[in-house]
Amino acid sequence: MSFEVAAVRRQFPILSAAIDGKPVHYLDNGASAQTPEAVLDAVRTYETTARANVLRGVHRLAERATEAYENARAEVAGFLSVAPDEVVFTGGCTAAINLVAFSYGSLLQAGDRIILSELEHHSNIVPWQLLRQRHGVEIDVIPVTVAGRIDLNALPRLLTERTKLISLAHVSNVTGALLDVHAVVTLARTVGAKVMLDGAQRIPHGPVDVPALGVDFYVFAGHKAYGPNGIGALWARPEHLAAMPPFHGGGSMIGRVTFAETTWAEPPRRFEAGTPPIGPAIGLGAACTWMRGLDWKGAHAHEMALVERVMDGLQKIDGAQLFGPPGLQSRYPVVSFTLDGVHPHDVAQTLDSFGVAVRAGHHCCQPLMDRFDLDGTTRVSLAPYNDESDIDALLTGVEHAARMLR
Amino acid sequence: MNDQLYQERIVALAKAKTGAGKLAAPTKSARRDNPLCGDRVTIDVRLDEGGRIAELAHQVRGCLLCQASASALASVAVGSKAADIERLRLDAERAVGREEGEAREPFSAFAPVKAHKSRQDCVLLPFEALKEALS
Repeated sequence: MSFEVAAVRRQFPILSAAIDGKPVHYLDNGASAQTPEAVLDAVRTYETTARANVLRGVHRLAERATEAYENARAEVAGFLSVAPDEVVFTGGCTAAINLVAFSYGSLLQAGDRIILSELEHHSNIVPWQLLRQRHGVEIDVIPVTVAGRIDLNALPRLLTERTKLISLAHVSNVTGALLDVHAVVTLARTVGAKVMLDGAQRIPHGPVDVPALGVDFYVFAGHKAYGPNGIGALWARPEHLAAMPPFHGGGSMIGRVTFAETTWAEPPRRFEAGTPPIGPAIGLGAACTWMRGLDWKGAHAHEMALVERVMDGLQKIDGAQLFGPPGLQSRYPVVSFTLDGVHPHDVAQTLDSFGVAVRAGHHCCQPLMDRFDLDGTTRVSLAPYNDESDIDALLTGVEHAARMLR
Repeated sequence: MNDQLYQERIVALAKAKTGAGKLAAPTKSARRDNPLCGDRVTIDVRLDEGGRIAELAHQVRGCLLCQASASALASVAVGSKAADIERLRLDAERAVGREEGEAREPFSAFAPVKAHKSRQDCVLLPFEALKEALS
C-alpha cells in the first residue's frame, strides 16, 4: 500500500467533472470535503437494495437496513479504536456538541466552570453559552498565541476545583494547529475535569486512536470526512453516556412509555430519537472504511509537502501574510493568509475566477478574528486528493488579486 | 479566466474612498453587520434643519464591493432626504438585478454583481446602515 495521488483522485468523480467547462481546484476541504465512489456506492446500495426504517420492522428490507446501519456504527468505532455501543450517530458535529452541552451539561451545577479557547469554532462556543443561560455555568477562555495555537501555558491558572469540562478543537479550522492533547488531559486530571475534543478538522486526515488520547468526549462531522451531509458522530466514555439524560425525545430512544412515566433506552439508542439519518450513516461508515484503506503516512507527507508549497509560494507574493504556525510541525493541512489591502472575500472571488475554491471570512471563529483584529482570512484547506496543479493555480490567482486589487 | 466581477469602475469607486472616515459631530450614526460574511459598515450623517443630509461619512470593514457601494453612495447622498435615499437604493437593486429597470449612475457600475448572488448584500449593506441612521 503506497500513496499515489492520481489513484486517489480517480476515486472522486467531481474532481474530473468540468464546472462551467473547467475542472475545479478544490481547496475548501475544511468546509466540506468531496466524496469518493465507495461512499456513493454504499449509499446507493442502501437506497436501492435495503431502504427501510431501522430497528422496527421484521421484514427483510428492515433487517438489511438495520444491519447496514449498525455495521456503519462499527466502521466508525473501528476508525476511532472504540466500541460500537460508545458511538452515537448525530446530525453533524454541531449536533454532537449540542447533545453533550445539553445532556452532560444538565449534570452540572450553577457555578461549575467550562474551559474553551479563543480559537474555537462557533459550534464549540454557542452551545456552552446556551448552557450558561439555562444552568448558570461559567465559561473560561484559553488565549491563543501569535502563532495561532491554544496557549496551554495559560491553562493552569484557569483550572479550579469547579472546572468540570475542557472542550477544545483537536485541530484548528483556521490555523491548522494541532492541540497538545496529552498536556491538556494531564492538566485536566489535576482537578478532575473532563476533556472533549472537536475532531472536525482532524478526522479527515486519518484514524484517531481515541482511547490513547485519554479524553472523555470526541465529536466529528461526516461531510468533512468524505462522507454525506447530515451525519456526524459522538464518542463518549460509556460511564458518561450511561449517566447522561436524553437530548431529544421520541421513538427508538425509550425503554417503555406510559403517560405516567417513560424510561430510556440504553446508549447509544438513548441519544438517537426518531428515525436516524440512515443513508448518511451508512455513507459515513463507508467513508471511514475508505479512509482506513489509505496509506496515511504517505498521504500526510503528501499533504504537508503541498502545505510547504503553499507557504513558500505565498511568502513570495507582495502583501501576502501567513496567519498561523510558521512551520509544518504539529499542524494539519490548513493554511490561512491575508493579502494587505484586499478583503478576503475579494481574494476568494478572484480565485474562483481561476477555478480555485477556497473559503474566506471569519470561518465561524469571530472571537479569533477579533483577537487579531482581522476582517477575516483566506483559507486553503487540503485533502489527500489535492495535487501540485491545485497549488499552482491558487498561487497564480493570489498573484493576480495582489496585482489587480491592491 | 473569467474575471468579470472586479471591473475597472467598481475598483475605481472603491479606491476613490469618497466619504471614507468619521464625522466630528454627526447628527446620527448607525452600524450594520452582515452576519454571513462579517462585513461591517458604520455611517455618520449630519443633517441640516430641513432633515437633508449635509455631510456623510462611512467606515467600511468589508470587501471591495461594500467599499465601492459606500463610496458611490457618499458621492450622491449630500442634499438627500430619506425618501431620496430609497430611490438611490432602488438604483443599486436594479444594478444587481434584484429589481426590474435600468440603474442610473453611479450604481450602474454594479451590474457585474448580477451574476454573483452571494455578493449582492455586500452592495446593499451601506444602504441598510444609512437607512437606520436616518430612521
